[in-house]
Amino acid sequence: MDEALLRRLTPGVLAALVRRGADFAAAEDAVQDALLEALRVWPADPPRDAKGWLIAVAWRRFLDAVRADAARRRREDVLEEEPAPGPAPAADDTLQLYFLCAHPALSPSSAVALTLRAVGGLTTRQIAQAYLVPEATMAQRISRAKRTVSRVRLDRPGDVATVLRVLYLVFNEGYHGDVDLAAEAIRLTRQLAAAVDHPEVAGLLALMLLHHARRAARTASDGSLVPLAEQDRGRWDTALIAEGVAILQAALARDRLGEFQAQAAVAALHADAPTAGETDWVQIVEWYDELTRLTDNPVVRLNRAVAVGLADGPRAGLAALAELDPALPRHTAVAAYLHERDGDLATAGRLYAEAAHKAPNLAERDHLTRQAARLNRTRRRP
Amino acid sequence: MAKYLLLKHYRGAPPCANDVPMDQWAPEEVSAHVKYMQDFAARLQETGEFVDAQALAPEGTFVRYAGEGRPPVTDGPFAETKDLIAGWMVIDVDTYERALELAGELSAAPGAGGEPLHEWLELRPFLTEPPTVTE
Repeated sequence: MDEALLRRLTPGVLAALVRRGADFAAAEDAVQDALLEALRVWPADPPRDAKGWLIAVAWRRFLDAVRADAARRRREDVLEEEPAPGPAPAADDTLQLYFLCAHPALSPSSAVALTLRAVGGLTTRQIAQAYLVPEATMAQRISRAKRTVSRVRLDRPGDVATVLRVLYLVFNEGYHGDVDLAAEAIRLTRQLAAAVDHPEVAGLLALMLLHHARRAARTASDGSLVPLAEQDRGRWDTALIAEGVAILQAALARDRLGEFQAQAAVAALHADAPTAGETDWVQIVEWYDELTRLTDNPVVRLNRAVAVGLADGPRAGLAALAELDPALPRHTAVAAYLHERDGDLATAGRLYAEAAHKAPNLAERDHLTRQAARLNRTRRRP
Repeated sequence: MAKYLLLKHYRGAPPCANDVPMDQWAPEEVSAHVKYMQDFAARLQETGEFVDAQALAPEGTFVRYAGEGRPPVTDGPFAETKDLIAGWMVIDVDTYERALELAGELSAAPGAGGEPLHEWLELRPFLTEPPTVTE
C-alpha cells in the first residue's frame, strides 16, 4: 500500500472533480471519501490506474452526495437552488489549490488543516492526531475553512507569500502521531516549487532541507535536545545539505532576496562549518542584518545578538541584547548563554533557571534546567 | 495554534461577584447554568477549537510511595488544602487573545438570579513541542 502515492495524487484528483463542475467543498469531501476507500481496499486489491480509480470513486461519491442533498432539500421543501459552479480553474490546478487553501481569509490553523487535507491528501484523523485534537474538532475546522473559501473564485493567482507561511508553520511546529509533518511540509514545498518559479519558494525549500538534514543530530537517545554547537556533525545528512545549498545558490543568483532565502543562508553557513568553532559568525551576523531589513521580526534581532556574541565576543552580544525587549521569548536564555561565555557563571546559572521557568516547551525547559544545574554544581565544587 | 487549559476551582480562586453556593440557587437556575456550559462546549466544537472538558469529584486522596515491597501510603483528604480543582476545559486556538475571549465567555455562565457568575478562571498555556527551526 503506497500511501505516498495516494497523497501525491490527491490535488490532481480534486482538480479533476472541480474541472468537471463540482464545487470545491463538495469535491474535497468526495476526494477524502475516496482516499479512505483506497486505504481500505487497495492493500488487498490494488488498482492498475490509481489516479483513474480515485477520480471514478470520488466522482461517484460526489454524485451520491449531490443526490442525497437534493432529496433532503425536497423533503425540507427548500426551493433554493445550488449556486452555479464557478468557472473551470485556470492553467495550473495544483497551484490554485495551494492558493485557495492558504487564503488570507483563513486563520493559520484552518489554512494548515485545509492544506494538509486538500493538497496533502492526509485524512482528518491523521491531521487530528498530528495536532493532538479530537477528530470531530479537526473535521469542524476543515469544513468551516471550506465554507470560508467556498465563495473564492479559483481563477486568479494568489499570493505565494501566504502559501509559504502556511508551509513554514507545518514544518516548524514539530510533529506527533504517525505522520511526519516536517517531511510532509518538505514534500508539499517541493511540489509547489515544481509548479511555480519563485526564489522565495526555493528559499523556503532550501531552509527546510538544511534544517531537516540536522534532525537526527538534534535529539539525544534519551530524547533531550542537543544544541547546534554540541551536535555530532557526522550525523548530519550531507545529501540533504548539498541539495539545500544548491537550491539556495540558484535562488540567490537571481538577486531577489527574501526572508526565507536569508534564513536558509544562515542555515547553510552552519551546515558549511566542519566544527562549531569554525562557524563563520561574521557572515551570519551580516545575514541577520539583511533579515532585520527584510522583516520586523524581534526573534531575528534576538538571534542576531547571539551571532554578535560569537563574532565579536560576549560583551558585544550582551550590548546588542540590551537594546531588545526583555519580554521577548528566549531573551533570558540568550542572556544566560552570553553571560556564561563572558565567564559570569553565577549570573548565567541564575538566568538559566529563570529561562527554564519561562520556557515555552518541555524539551527546552529540561535543557535549560540542566544548564542551570551544571553551572550550579560547578560553582559548589570550586 | 496553541492549547490552553481553562481551570475551574472549587476553592483557591479569588471569590466571584455572584458568590452564592450552587445548592441555594433555584433548580431552574442550576439547569440554566448546566445548559450554558453544554452550549459553550458545543459552540467550541463547531468552531474547531474544542479539545477536552472534564469535571472532577471534589474529594480525592493523597498517595505516595512507601518503599520497596510495601503498598502505597494514602492520606487525606485534607480540609486545609488551599487549592481545589473543580474541572477544566482544554481549547486549541490561534491566539492568546482568543483564549482570553473564550475564558471571559465561560466565566459569564449564569448563577443565582440568572446573573453571570463572573467566576475567576485560571488560563494556563500548554508547553508545546520545540520548533524545528532554531536559529
